[in-house]
Amino acid sequence: MNADTVTPGSAAEAAEVVRSGADRALAVVARGSGSKEHWAGVPSRVDVVMDTRRLAGVVSHEPGDLVVTVGAGTQLRHLQASVGLAGQRLALEAGSDAATVGGVLATGEAGPLRLRYGAGRDLLIGVEFVRADGILAHSGGRVVKNVAGYDLGRLLCGSYGTLGIITSATFRLHPMPADRAFLARPVRSPGELSDIVDDLLHSALSPAAVEVDLTGSGGTLVVLLEGSSAGVAARAAASLRLLGGSASVVDMPDWWGRYPFASDDIALKMAVPVAQLPATIEVLQKAAGPEVTVRGSAGVGVVYAALPGRTHPATLGAILATVRGALGGGDAGGSCVVLAAPPATRAAVDAWGPVPGLALMRRVKEQFDPERRLAPGRFVGGI
Amino acid sequence: MRTASASVVVDSLAARLRGEIGDGAVVTDEAARRTYECDGLTHYRAIPALVVLPETAEQVQAVVRACRDHGVSWVARGSGTGLSGGALPVADGVLVVTSRMRRIVELDLPNGRAIVEPGVVNLAISQSVSDAGWFYAPDPSSQLICSIGGNVAENSGGAHCVKYGFTVHHVAGLEICTPDGELVWIGAGRAAEAPGYDLVGVFVGSEGTLGIATKVAVRLLRRPEAVTTLLAAFDTVARAGAATSAIIAAGLTPAAAEIMDALAIQAAERAVACEYPAGAGAVLIVELDGPAVEVTEEEQTVRALCERAGAFEIRVAADAAERAEIWKGRKSAFAAVGRISPNYIVQDGVIPRTALAEVLAEIGALASAAGIRVANVFHAGDGNLHPLVLYDDSVPGEYEAAQRVSAAILDLCVDRGGSITGEHGVGVDKAAKLPLMFSPADLDTMQLVRCAFDPAGLANPGKVFPTPRLCGERPGPRAAGDATERAYERAGIEAW
Repeated sequence: MNADTVTPGSAAEAAEVVRSGADRALAVVARGSGSKEHWAGVPSRVDVVMDTRRLAGVVSHEPGDLVVTVGAGTQLRHLQASVGLAGQRLALEAGSDAATVGGVLATGEAGPLRLRYGAGRDLLIGVEFVRADGILAHSGGRVVKNVAGYDLGRLLCGSYGTLGIITSATFRLHPMPADRAFLARPVRSPGELSDIVDDLLHSALSPAAVEVDLTGSGGTLVVLLEGSSAGVAARAAASLRLLGGSASVVDMPDWWGRYPFASDDIALKMAVPVAQLPATIEVLQKAAGPEVTVRGSAGVGVVYAALPGRTHPATLGAILATVRGALGGGDAGGSCVVLAAPPATRAAVDAWGPVPGLALMRRVKEQFDPERRLAPGRFVGGI
Repeated sequence: MRTASASVVVDSLAARLRGEIGDGAVVTDEAARRTYECDGLTHYRAIPALVVLPETAEQVQAVVRACRDHGVSWVARGSGTGLSGGALPVADGVLVVTSRMRRIVELDLPNGRAIVEPGVVNLAISQSVSDAGWFYAPDPSSQLICSIGGNVAENSGGAHCVKYGFTVHHVAGLEICTPDGELVWIGAGRAAEAPGYDLVGVFVGSEGTLGIATKVAVRLLRRPEAVTTLLAAFDTVARAGAATSAIIAAGLTPAAAEIMDALAIQAAERAVACEYPAGAGAVLIVELDGPAVEVTEEEQTVRALCERAGAFEIRVAADAAERAEIWKGRKSAFAAVGRISPNYIVQDGVIPRTALAEVLAEIGALASAAGIRVANVFHAGDGNLHPLVLYDDSVPGEYEAAQRVSAAILDLCVDRGGSITGEHGVGVDKAAKLPLMFSPADLDTMQLVRCAFDPAGLANPGKVFPTPRLCGERPGPRAAGDATERAYERAGIEAW
């Protein structure tokens, strides 16, 4: 990449970078910690990399209102440390240690707590971003309850920087729970998950997270309970009874909230209806063989899978087709997306699969970035 | 007054629609059209040129296409309970009423989803799944009447949104009819997410300006194991607010935290005889739900904090009937003020919760200075105020004074870092105030979305944005190819 890297020190400077880039028809991609730079499509061109590290820091934190505003270049872990001092947290986790707030939002990253709290878009209440023409724009505000104007924050979440570059974000926070407990239960096959997850979600136990880690030879289901000390203790006991004899209280597993793939693996993300997840994992395992590791939110139906990076493109293509075929496609079936792969492999397969509403998405892109200068080619449908 | 050529267009449109969706679905009679001239914001009225009542998504599509072909704008209406004029008709346009689209199309309980038509009443969703142990969380006060389609348009909240979020948190997918007349599914539906832009996230709360939702895939939640409701009476609103702050600071997330001031209590008493503690300057209703063991502990904490804040009486509901008794007064509040005043304005503004006491004092000062009474009902948990500005229309100047107080309250909300609307929407009512919160660049950016969905500007025009943006306008250097023309081509519209 022969791109120039610039490191603006303020939102106004970031806007100026994009504006002057627009004058010269330059393509711009933002980078936080670079942890997900290899995710999604390879941009067809990058002339300027905007490093957001100086757009970092807590702008304001109102503990009484449970609201925080941070620069997009702030690492999520630093944000957590900061609001943690007031006994609060942003109920959002990222799989990579150094992930920045901007990157987490732009890629739609979320962790185990999404079962209870949703993803970034559900916690974001205000956003500031730079448009393709270099204008700084805002939507939302500093209060949780707010329906004034369109929610552009939600549109930006998961947009991979193709509609605008986030410079700061305002989030709603939650109190840190007084106590928590992890319970683990070994599972031999995905089929075992069906009843257990269903029972857990339909019980009164109100888990904060239900995660699974599986290979072809079995794995573990782990449940997180949060609440008061007495409440967690009672619910843990009830959960152990529900999960059965092989279940036990454990420390947080070291795989908790971490991706199953390494940087040279092929990384897949499946988002399927909760009740269909076990069957979908079985289809994937059958198609991909015993080497595939699947890990993620069994309670939400969003899991990640790791395949060896050397997997032949034709093989990957067949795996994707088989999984997508099992999902049924169409409006509500679910998706299986290639998050990361060696570029030649990625180029040889349909990385995104069917995208409902793609035509409308293209029209939105055309309005926001008609000259295709923001991360062109990074996203769905060649956007 | 409609021009002759406008009449010709409407007649042609009516004839076409009669053919396509049936005589019974097309209303031209003026007296009948007049019944749709306003929604819950009765101050603004306009008789639509035509009213249609489609029964299926395909019929909605036929209507939208016919309007597109005739260049006629349209407004969608659910149950007509909206409080910002979102369903105020356009006088030369069509009103698309979705109230005949009332089917619950599918229940998918293993995935916690229901697919419903837009005319389905909010409460009907919970009622249909309640026996199976599920519920649909967003509970606007009008939920006995309001439609899910309307909820989608406004991103409606309700008392329980402090814990459960708003409509947008509970819509997993939508089938929409775009203003071009295409039926498109957007969103993940049964899954938690889908690749691409979050079009559902921008459509919910867009107040009918981006299209019409013809099916809504909602997220259902399991009923909590336990619920408890407390009513605490205080001498002043400030103390009730302080109790709320203490509850939040203790790390609790109540399912609801509502405050009513003395005037609101007085009205509710007259309307429904709720028998709230006599002499209360304010009552705080707190609802807690979740696992029984957690709720029991939280109830103790809330009682203790209310006592510490000076509550002179605390009632705890022993069963569902008592819970309903506690809620009766709060739920009646808006309508109840009609018992203590001939007329009133329902306002909706948000402030940071920590500014509650200060802002309420200022509202009191504004009110007395203007000689206008204001009753306060609000969602204490999230700072969403509903000042009820009371006036008597028969007294010259009183309506204007009430309007000024109402507007000043919004200015105050924005001044304190809040919002001009927490749940009722911008509609026509607050479009002029939107620039208090957003710069011209911000509003221009939002309208880029509108241009993507509705380049011809036919969907609910005149709502939300004070100044419409011409689609195809683009700041900065023009690129080859005109976005507007391409958009028109795609929509199959010939340039006039």
